[in-house]
Amino acid sequence: MTIEPSIPPPGGIVIGASMGAIEALSEILPVLPEGYPLPVLVVVHVARDRKSGLPELFANRCRIPVKEAEDKEPIQGGVIYFAPPDYHLLVENDFSLSLSNEEPVLYSRPAIDVLFDSAADAYGDRLVGIVLTGASTDGAKGLRAICLAGGKALVQDPETAAGQTMPLAALDLCPDARSLRLDEIAAILSADIVDILK
Amino acid sequence: MSSEVSETEKIELSLFLEAIYRKYHYDFRNYSPASLKRRLAQAKDHFGCESYSQLQHLALHDSTMVSQLLPFLTVQVSDMFRDPEYFRAIREKVVPHLRTYPSLKVWVAGCSAGEELHSLAILFREEGLESRTIFYATDINTEALKKAESGVYDLNRIALFTENHRKSGGKSSLSEYYTTGYGRAKFDQSLRERTVFSDHSLVSDAVFAETHLISCRNVLIYFNRELQNRVVGLFHESLVRRGFLGLGSKESLRFSSLADRFSEFDLSERIYQKEGEGV
Repeated sequence: MTIEPSIPPPGGIVIGASMGAIEALSEILPVLPEGYPLPVLVVVHVARDRKSGLPELFANRCRIPVKEAEDKEPIQGGVIYFAPPDYHLLVENDFSLSLSNEEPVLYSRPAIDVLFDSAADAYGDRLVGIVLTGASTDGAKGLRAICLAGGKALVQDPETAAGQTMPLAALDLCPDARSLRLDEIAAILSADIVDILK
Repeated sequence: MSSEVSETEKIELSLFLEAIYRKYHYDFRNYSPASLKRRLAQAKDHFGCESYSQLQHLALHDSTMVSQLLPFLTVQVSDMFRDPEYFRAIREKVVPHLRTYPSLKVWVAGCSAGEELHSLAILFREEGLESRTIFYATDINTEALKKAESGVYDLNRIALFTENHRKSGGKSSLSEYYTTGYGRAKFDQSLRERTVFSDHSLVSDAVFAETHLISCRNVLIYFNRELQNRVVGLFHESLVRRGFLGLGSKESLRFSSLADRFSEFDLSERIYQKEGEGV
């Protein structure tokens, strides 16, 4: 198979979620319209020794393609990629994906911080990072890296989250992050996304 | 981080890798940059350096540093019978083919501390193939190779190893293969008697033997596409016609330039078979 040279995409979206992830993602991902311009990379904390089933679950609910991320795969706009269980997911500067088997971060593999850090490096200010519900503090440092690189940070309003620890930790480390309800996040991603990256 | 800072850091990282290569001949220049950068950031913090330039200075002027850096540059995370279904597929699908050969050579490439080697040695013993097999266990990290050669693992890992072995279709009890003491388990020397341990780099060294099975799990993910192609080329050269290549559960030949030289023998367990030429 030939690999087309990567054309710098208009930007990217990265999402991290843990406890209560499926319910939260169900309010966001199915709203994304056909022909969506940006790739959506998602880390959900899942048990290590089984199939996550997340790509299959969301493929049935979403209007844009959903798949498990593969190593060295070129990132395409309009596709939702889930990190596979037991591997970290990273974005390379040539906008391809890498997987890694390195030690868990904050007991998690995949870890949200690992995806967010590498995506901030690759996309710079053309990135939106979103931290949703969860009972860990994973994602906070990564979201800070996104803010420092000039990207946008959205956090699920802790009051509305099944697990408040993760959004609280993210808001704590990222004063610029906006705290929003899930329907507000969905509205921003589906309607204004190209505007907010301008 | 402002883009100017990150641009400077990019230059420093690339110079660091060049320095390690020129001085010590360890070539990490074609490793996947995103995870390599993460590990080097950990090394920078570990050695109390402000920048990669400072780390480079240390590495160049203190030759004992390189062995301390290798654990950061390489990744050594594995378990015995990790992904039990992979070993089940080797046992149930690959072994019947291997039985047809009077003698066998198996290469565990990037063997790290030897978990995969011991898994295969036990599997081959259970299947009655051990006595006709020579194993090659290679890695660039000589400290890891020493660990592999010692066959000693922390006792707290044994429960997982045992569970994995059972799930893989193990025909014996794992406890037959080790003795315990001082919080550690030592695997029987006889499991390694037919193994050649060798310092070998997939990046820069050549093929050293004709092999029937190569198991190389969670190594290719740390390489960029170009280096992956080189390494898959090495494997292709080493394998006999219709020899087997086993990769990690999230690795594939899909994005490799040599994909068409292999057939998908068991795609779900990422076991490939070299195509027979002219067949």
